[in-house]
Amino acid sequence: MTAPLVAVLDYGIGNLRSAQKALQKVGADARLTSDPAVIRDAHAAVLPGVGNFGACMSAVRTAGLEDLVHERIGGGLPFMGICVGMQMLFTESEESPGVTGLDVVSGVVRYLPSSVKRPQMQWNRLRVKGGGDGVGLASADPMFASLPPEPWMYFVHSLHGVPSDRSSIVATVDYGCEVTAAIRVGNVFAVQFHPEKSAADGLGLLRNFVDAARLVAA
Amino acid sequence: MTRVARVIPCLDVTDGRVVKGVNFVGLRDAGDPVELATRYDAEGADEVVFLDITASSDQRVTMVEVVSRAAEQLFIPLTVGGGIRDTDSARALLRAGADKVSVNTAAVQRPELISDIAGDFGNQCVVCAIDAKRVDNGYEVFVHGGRTATGMDARAWAERAVALGAGEILLTSMDRDGTREGFDTGLIRAIVDVVGVPVIASGGVGSLEHLALGVLDGGADAVLAASIFHFGEFTVAQAKDAMAARGVVVRR
Repeated sequence: MTAPLVAVLDYGIGNLRSAQKALQKVGADARLTSDPAVIRDAHAAVLPGVGNFGACMSAVRTAGLEDLVHERIGGGLPFMGICVGMQMLFTESEESPGVTGLDVVSGVVRYLPSSVKRPQMQWNRLRVKGGGDGVGLASADPMFASLPPEPWMYFVHSLHGVPSDRSSIVATVDYGCEVTAAIRVGNVFAVQFHPEKSAADGLGLLRNFVDAARLVAA
Repeated sequence: MTRVARVIPCLDVTDGRVVKGVNFVGLRDAGDPVELATRYDAEGADEVVFLDITASSDQRVTMVEVVSRAAEQLFIPLTVGGGIRDTDSARALLRAGADKVSVNTAAVQRPELISDIAGDFGNQCVVCAIDAKRVDNGYEVFVHGGRTATGMDARAWAERAVALGAGEILLTSMDRDGTREGFDTGLIRAIVDVVGVPVIASGGVGSLEHLALGVLDGGADAVLAASIFHFGEFTVAQAKDAMAARGVVVRR
């Protein structure tokens, strides 16, 4: 079977090459693109992002990607947000007051409390809901299939998404406060950590995403 | 669990080749930074630093090629330092696949380099490397690989670098570097106490015990070592076992 096409949305910000290479490593035909035709054709899409929320939102809008993101998500196909790519899916962020997010997930991106060191720049162990501890959900999100019960992921961030509907949180980490690590809303899965930089556990998660894209391709 | 200490092997690279490398079993070429870094990844390294110690600027193009190859195979964070004098050279490395760039001498000479890179790529991309030596009333910053005194106080410089946008401090004790006597934990503590960003301890590691002490006594967020790993004395996995045995939380 041919590799599923995964569009890594390119709006000119940050190091997207790592995400592309990691997706290729786990079997995707991953392309960095802002071309509407490629994005519409893709079996799955990834929205990466690093740096400032307002700057990223502005770049997404300038690249003409806002409507395409909504179109992709509305179409029900697998969609993943990574880091600021996750944060942009929220309604707004304390980092850039007055800037509207993509508002796919109702809620606010908030600073980690001032009592902890910011950014959290370290590996941390996920507490997967419905995973080993059986807490919160009947079963773990399929993106965690075949991963260890408490996978290690690499985080670099000072803010995190706080959804209005807490049940959309599918994994957290303890950083002296509870941090939102992953959310699920329908076909949208989003992570605060960097799976493309999280060694075997991160690649395992991306493999699950590519497998979901492969089901679309089949 | 709150703080998880990182263990970071550092590779000195010149003209695209590792300067000191051990020929691990199964490694085709101990001089290839990408192959060695991938080996450290497999052993559980949390991050890798490539330090370009090439003297001439033409050969720096080679580093972009090395980073580009690393992006194909290395799926942990990669920091690249050495000779980054402007945002263009930082951009080339970040575009090729580096996650962070480390600036040192050029940032001392022109501190706006930090805010320029942070402005374009975010604070998380900028590591300020500080080489410090103990002096009568504190610690002094040295540049040009520790050869040139600046008269600057290391604590004041660290605070300023963070204010300009440095997301992390890579702190090397010039007194301890190469001695294998252990980190200067007093230096680490002095910097950790004044900056809110992560501090990577460097310089002086000769035993696995030293790594744990950098975190326990110094308060470092991460520990960097070169020779104990390159010469095959210890693996990264052994380093983490020893740190965990001392109560340091590490990814294993």
